[in-house]
Amino acid sequence: MPDTPVPAPRGTSDSVAPVLEAVGVSKHFEVRNRGGNNAVVRAVENAGIALHRGRIVALVGESGSGKTTVARILGRFYAPTEGEIRLHGRPVAAGGIARRDYFRKVQLIFQDPFGSLNSLHRVRYTLGRALKLHGHARSRREVEDGVIDLLRRVNLTPPEQYLDKFPHELSGGQRQRVVIARALAVRPEVLLGDEPISMLDVSIRLDVLNLLAKLRDEEGLALLYITHDIASARYLCDEIDVMYAGQLVEGGPKEAVIQSPKHPYTRLLLDSSPDPGRSLAAGSASEGLFTATGELGEPPDPADPPTGCRFHPRCPFAMDECRESFPERTEFPDGQWVHCWLHQKGRAHLLAPAPPAQSLKETRP
Amino acid sequence: MTDPALLQVDGLSVDYLTPQGSARACSDISFTLRRGEILGVAGESGSGKSTLITALTRLQRPPAVTSAGRIVYHPADGEPVDLVAQSERALRRRRWRQLAIVMQSAMDCLNPVMRLGAQFTDVLRTHDPSLDRAAAWQRAGELVRMVGIAPDRLPAYPHELSGGMRQRSLIALALACDPDLVVMDEPTTAVDVVMQRQILAQVLRLRERFGFAVVFVTHDLSLLLELADRIAIMYAGRIVEIGSSADLYHRPKHPYTKGLRDSFPPLHAPLRELSGIPGSPPDLRDPLPGCAFGPRCPRAHAACEQAVPPLRTVEAQDVACVLYDPQNPEATAHA
Amino acid sequence: MLNGILRKWNVRIGLGIFALALLVAFLGPWVAQSLIGWSGHQVDYHAIGRPPGHGHLLGTNTAGNDVLAQTVLGARGSVFVGLVSAVLATVLAAAVGVPSGFVGGRYDRVMTAFTNVFLTLPSFALTLIVAGYVQGAPWLMIALIIAVFEWPGGARYLRSQTLSLRGRDFTVAMRMVGETRLRLVFFEVMPHLTGIISAMFLRAMVAGIFAEAGLAFLGIGSTDTISWGTMIADAHSQSAILNGQWWWFVPPGLCIAVLGMATALVNFGIDEITNPRLSAAGRRLVKKFHAARAAGRRAAGPAAAETAGRST
Repeated sequence: MPDTPVPAPRGTSDSVAPVLEAVGVSKHFEVRNRGGNNAVVRAVENAGIALHRGRIVALVGESGSGKTTVARILGRFYAPTEGEIRLHGRPVAAGGIARRDYFRKVQLIFQDPFGSLNSLHRVRYTLGRALKLHGHARSRREVEDGVIDLLRRVNLTPPEQYLDKFPHELSGGQRQRVVIARALAVRPEVLLGDEPISMLDVSIRLDVLNLLAKLRDEEGLALLYITHDIASARYLCDEIDVMYAGQLVEGGPKEAVIQSPKHPYTRLLLDSSPDPGRSLAAGSASEGLFTATGELGEPPDPADPPTGCRFHPRCPFAMDECRESFPERTEFPDGQWVHCWLHQKGRAHLLAPAPPAQSLKETRP
Repeated sequence: MTDPALLQVDGLSVDYLTPQGSARACSDISFTLRRGEILGVAGESGSGKSTLITALTRLQRPPAVTSAGRIVYHPADGEPVDLVAQSERALRRRRWRQLAIVMQSAMDCLNPVMRLGAQFTDVLRTHDPSLDRAAAWQRAGELVRMVGIAPDRLPAYPHELSGGMRQRSLIALALACDPDLVVMDEPTTAVDVVMQRQILAQVLRLRERFGFAVVFVTHDLSLLLELADRIAIMYAGRIVEIGSSADLYHRPKHPYTKGLRDSFPPLHAPLRELSGIPGSPPDLRDPLPGCAFGPRCPRAHAACEQAVPPLRTVEAQDVACVLYDPQNPEATAHA
Repeated sequence: MLNGILRKWNVRIGLGIFALALLVAFLGPWVAQSLIGWSGHQVDYHAIGRPPGHGHLLGTNTAGNDVLAQTVLGARGSVFVGLVSAVLATVLAAAVGVPSGFVGGRYDRVMTAFTNVFLTLPSFALTLIVAGYVQGAPWLMIALIIAVFEWPGGARYLRSQTLSLRGRDFTVAMRMVGETRLRLVFFEVMPHLTGIISAMFLRAMVAGIFAEAGLAFLGIGSTDTISWGTMIADAHSQSAILNGQWWWFVPPGLCIAVLGMATALVNFGIDEITNPRLSAAGRRLVKKFHAARAAGRRAAGPAAAETAGRST
């Protein structure tokens, strides 16, 4: 997205050009539907994401929104049907950048920390291999020192205590730290986190988020944080992009997106997310845009998505334009952008100013 | 809270028996659930919250056994009964009619080879043999409409429904025989936030209409704070704090409650650095002599290691922490 | 995990039986000569077709050979054939199945087709034909022939397991870190297959012993080596059943059956570890717990039951 206004970089100043970006990527999967006919699942349509040094971008969406597909395209599990991935401005098409060189710069953190560590190997082996493979350590001594240094960087202290542990001897949070340490061993510039905390216990999630924030601040890593939990995205990230049914609908600086959402879907997502501060603040209940009890339908079938803006069947403001074509991007001075006809047609006042969201308990039939 | 008691749990303990000895998954749990009340039970994995659910409904499987305590159920008409002492047959008569269960995974609870409607009529006609087929189908239609599913979906098989619909039909199925108590074990973890909110709003609306009580178990305290009337916080098999949602949110007493509350970043309130709770939960097979939270507690001191603190009433809530022991010199009344 | 399996009583007994069979197979001639006093080929002209007793613990056959000595010697013929065929079959299965699952693509399709062809062949009938063709082949040849028809099932199983392991997060993660293919196969995937491979090996060994016995019974194979199969075949051709000479064919038959049982025991043990729900220990403990409580209640009287229950 070269036309995205880049917000003031945080920390270092060499972050104007993105490290890794997806430019207009789409991914269509051919599947066989129930009737036995071939169908095309349009998992991602024309998505653009730019990751900058020392910044964290959150990609927020429900399951089936295509956010994991984006992560997997960036992780080169498969090539995009359209569009391209660029690393430092260089296209990463077949033959462009070898996988090995790509993964020197870009590493992925999986959702399930137990599944992504081989249960039969000690921490020392897993981390040591990652170091050796990239020539960051050769002798026994160097490997040991390197592993200890990695463990220290992910706050597993004292590191000596974790060297000879098997994954099953570690707690979920500790395992995810080892997974992050393995990714760091490669000395990447970009980390892609696909729901990295959703399988961890609640009380240790923040620890892992704080660790990711530390890596951004101290080591200048660029991070993509994929999540369904918009509150954690606000806590960790600099920028939030919202995805619905394969389309990026809104994005921008986090506070702008959360405090004044410009897309009806973002509003729905925010209104639906639990926020005790809201409902327990007495007397804040007023009619929201969406009455929580109303029947809002469900996300569409990606094999047969609605035409135009895919949110229109659930949108209270849907107009004829919404059914016909996907709107152009509307940009705002603070860097926020949205794909919504309301802004193209001068009906944005329907959305703003956002009335305080309705609490669950105040809902009455 | 003038509603009469529906369920009185008193000193309930559940053990998992292993050849190496037993592990106490629930320890000395006591609480009272009133008619029409929503009690949230929050805890992390291994806190015993799911064990508590299976013990309340007497659905636990070996090697779990209820080793102590009583679960006294007060029916609307008739004498109170202790569910722990009931035979399996007597219990079967109470399930659905008086206590119903909604589990986490709808796909595991619905029969995949039976049409949705047939699963409803099965339940309805088992508990009311006088109901004929047509009337039962009619009633099934009313039930699914209650949770926002069109009655014309009744002939569908479970796999033809979306995840949200399956979960909602499970709730409708639980309400089929108008129970007094619905026990819900993480009923919305498998669905998205938007659907989650719709389902919970429906539960609240139906509770308003039918007056059933709910025990709602989840790891998501932020959700419970919005949903529940009262919340019990569990840690290592014990209730460490129980009180109203507002009190627990604004004035948490137990350091664990405080830590858990601060593990959920706010959506609108100003951001500040949060830390979660360092460390990991204890091994239930090898319990500590004192407070199980001690090793992770920011305010731990010598008194914590001496004995397991009992639940004490402090202001509006009950809390199990030595900081509120009047005999403890370290205690601070308003910690 | 391996420690857990080795602690199971059924696995221990099963492996013990295998160890004993191997020991007897290796020491066979020595055991026969110095412990029993008969070599197996030796003929006792004073005892032809005698029932057990009279200096022959398991009697003699109609040729005057000591049955116990023959059984001990036969262990070598049977177990060696089983062992060698199992080693070959397992190596073949792993060599075909694991790369096929790991590499995927066209290579996989070709290898799967190849495996399927072998899988659909009527293996015993073909073994019979091939073995009949090389009439009088030494036992090593027999083992080879058995192995050739023994591997496809294992290869298919290993392929599917490898396929699933290849897609698991930990393999994908190590690949992203830059791990080499060879090490991915041998250090990430193969260690997870050792349990399956060892169970497969034991099963192949017993299948080999069965196949050898079958071939010998049909008169195919070397005539001068003694195996459990040749013993049963001889007993059959001399109408031992009609003459009531049970001591001739029961010992070798029992040996084969016991080895079959040993594999079953080991496999049950592995199942219990990998699928804890099968473990009967939990149910037993719960029963014991309730029995103890009921007994305590009776002893304390109904009034004290509640407090007794609570203090447990």
